[in-house]
Amino acid sequence: MTELRYREALNLALREELRRDERVLLLGEDIGVFGGAFRVTEGLLEEFGERRVRDTPISENTIVGVGVGAAMTGLRPVVELMTINFSLLAFDQIVNHAAHVRYMFGGQVTVPLVIRMPQGAGHQLGPTHSHCLEAMFLHVPGLLVAVPATPGDARGLLKTAIRDENPVIFIEHESLYGIRGEVPDDEDACVDFGHARICREGSDVTIVGVSRMALTAERAATTLADEHDIQAEVIDPRTLRPLDLDTILASVRATNRCVVVEEGWPHGGVGANLAALISEHAFDDLDAPVARVSGADVPMPYSKPLEDIAHPHEPQIVRAALATLGRAEDSRTVGEAQGAH
Amino acid sequence: MPDLPEPALAREWLATMTLIRRFEERAGEMYARARIGGFLHLSIGEEATIVGSARALREEDYLISTYRSHGNALARGTPPEQVMAELFGRTGGCCGGHGGSMHMFDLQRRFMGGYGIVGGNLPIGAGIGLSSDYLGHDEVTLCAFGDGATNQGTFGETLNLAALWRLPVVFMVVNNQFGMGTSIERHSAVTDLRRKGESLGVPGMRCDGMDVLDTRTVVAEALHRVREDRRPLLVEAVTYRFRGHSMADPEEYRTREEVAQWRERDPIPQFAHLLEREGILDAAGREQIEHEAAERVERAVQFAESSPFPAPESLYEDVYVLGEQVHGRYHG
Repeated sequence: MTELRYREALNLALREELRRDERVLLLGEDIGVFGGAFRVTEGLLEEFGERRVRDTPISENTIVGVGVGAAMTGLRPVVELMTINFSLLAFDQIVNHAAHVRYMFGGQVTVPLVIRMPQGAGHQLGPTHSHCLEAMFLHVPGLLVAVPATPGDARGLLKTAIRDENPVIFIEHESLYGIRGEVPDDEDACVDFGHARICREGSDVTIVGVSRMALTAERAATTLADEHDIQAEVIDPRTLRPLDLDTILASVRATNRCVVVEEGWPHGGVGANLAALISEHAFDDLDAPVARVSGADVPMPYSKPLEDIAHPHEPQIVRAALATLGRAEDSRTVGEAQGAH
Repeated sequence: MPDLPEPALAREWLATMTLIRRFEERAGEMYARARIGGFLHLSIGEEATIVGSARALREEDYLISTYRSHGNALARGTPPEQVMAELFGRTGGCCGGHGGSMHMFDLQRRFMGGYGIVGGNLPIGAGIGLSSDYLGHDEVTLCAFGDGATNQGTFGETLNLAALWRLPVVFMVVNNQFGMGTSIERHSAVTDLRRKGESLGVPGMRCDGMDVLDTRTVVAEALHRVREDRRPLLVEAVTYRFRGHSMADPEEYRTREEVAQWRERDPIPQFAHLLEREGILDAAGREQIEHEAAERVERAVQFAESSPFPAPESLYEDVYVLGEQVHGRYHG
C-alpha cells in the first residue's frame, strides 16, 4: 500500500494502463504540455510521447466523436474533458454515438471509450462552471458511470474503466484531487464496477453518498454518533451504472431508513432514482420515506454565502438523517438551501 | 475524358448504380405500403457519387456516411437482402433491426455507418483516421456528408483537427444543392464548397457527382494523395437528389422544372450511353443489367418479408457488453 493523493492515484492508473496496453491513448485539452488542468496527466507526455498523449484544440464535441471512432476501430482512448461543464457541448457524441453505436449497429462493434471529467462546486466558479451532472449520464442506457470518492477507488475504477468494453463516464471531483488515501501497490489492482463500498457500518439509518458526498456523509455519521447517539451506515456506491443496489437494499432492510446525498440538482437526480428503486424493492422495510439531500434547485450563484448554502454540507445530512428517525422538526432538505427561508 | 476502366468493371459500375436505383425505388414503394417506418432518405440521382467514390476505395479503406446511406452499403457489397431487412426492422437486417434506414452498418466491409445526426459522422470519421494512423496502417477513410453538414459545428472542428493531426481522411461533400428544404444559396454564405475547408487547412477538389467516371477519377486521386501525404483533403461532388429529402418531404422548396433539368443528367443513362458509344455495352447487355437489378431487389424484398421481427426478449441485447465484471444492476 502507498498513500497517494486522488490526482496521483489517477495519474498512476493512466500510467499503468498506458504501459500495459499499446492501444490506450489520451486525448484532451492541455493534458500534455500543460500536464492537465488539474495535473492528473502530469509527466505522461514525457514518458509516452505525443502519439499517445495528445493535446487537442478546444472542440469538445469533436474530441469525444474522435474518441468514438478510434474506439470503434481498435483503440482504447481516454478522453479528458476539462470539466463536466464542457461535456454539455459533447452531448450529441456522448449520447447518440458513444452510448448508442453498439446497440444501433446490432452489436457489430464495441466502443471502449473512457471520458474523464471532474465536477463540483465550492470554488465560486459560478453558474456555468459548477455543474454536477452525474444524473444526466446515469439517465442514458449504454453508458457506464463511475463516481470514485477515494484515491484507491479512483485508481482501481479507472483501470477497470479502461479495460472495459463499454463507454464509461468517469466523474472525478475537483475538491477531491488533493485528498490522500491508501492505494494498493499491485499494478493489476482494479476495482470492479457495481460493487459499493460500505464506509461505515451502522444499524440506525443508511446514508448513500455520491462522490464527494460519501466523505461528507462519513463526517455527518461521526456527528450523528457523537451528538445524537445514532449509528449511521454510510455507503459509497462507487458506480452509478451498474449500481450495487443489492448492498444498498440489504442495508435499508436492516436500518429501515435511508438518506441519499448528492450535489446535483434534485429533480431527476440520483436520489430521485434511488428513492424510487428502494421504494420498489424494499417498501415494506421502510419506516420513513427515503430522504434526499441535494444541491439547491438553482443555477450555482457566484457570491460566496449563496454558493455555500446552494450545495450540501454535513449539517443538512445530519438533519435529514434525524428527520427519517422522527427527530428533526424541519425535514426539508430536498433542493432547499439551508437558511434560505 | 479520363480512361474508362476495363469493360467488365465499367459494366459492374453501371450494374451497381442500377441496383441502387431499383432498390431505392422499391424501398420508396415499401415505405408507402408501411413495410418501412420512420424516415426514409433515398439516394435517387446520387448513384454516380455513391458508386464512383466507393469504387475508388480499396477493400481496406473505410467508408463512413450519413442517414442517406443505403446506396453506400450496397456499393460496398452489403447484400440487398440485409439492407432491405434492416429497413423492414427484421432480424435479418444488417443491424438486426436496431438501426433502421438511418443507421446502416457493415463492419466486415468497412462501411462504418449510417448516422442520423447531420454532421455527426465527421468526428467519428476523423477518429477512424486516427486509428489507422496510430496503428501504422496505410488505409484511408472516406467521410461523406451533405452540403448542409458543412454548417454544423463538427465540420469546422473536425477539419481543423484532421489538418492539425494530418489524419488520412477524404472529406467528401455530397453537394445535392439542399440542406433538407433549404437551398445552398440560402444556407451557405460560401457556395463554392470545394473551398470551404481551406481556411481550416483542408484543400479541396471538385468532381461532377452526376458522372461516375469523373467522380471515381477525382476521388481516387484524392485518396491516393491522402495515402501518400497523410494529410486530409476535401472533395465536393456536385450532384442532385431527384426525390425529396426524405419520403415525408413534399418538396415545396423547388420547382418541377429544376428537377426535370437535373433529370436530363441522370447518371445512369448517361453512363450507359457512354459505354454503348465505347462499344462496351449493347442493348442486350443493358437489358441484362436491368433484369438482374430487378431480380436482386425482388429477392431482397422477399427475404425481408420473411425475416422475423426481433423477439421482445431481445430488447436489451447489446446495450452493454457484459463480461466477467457483471455486477450490480445495469438496468433498474
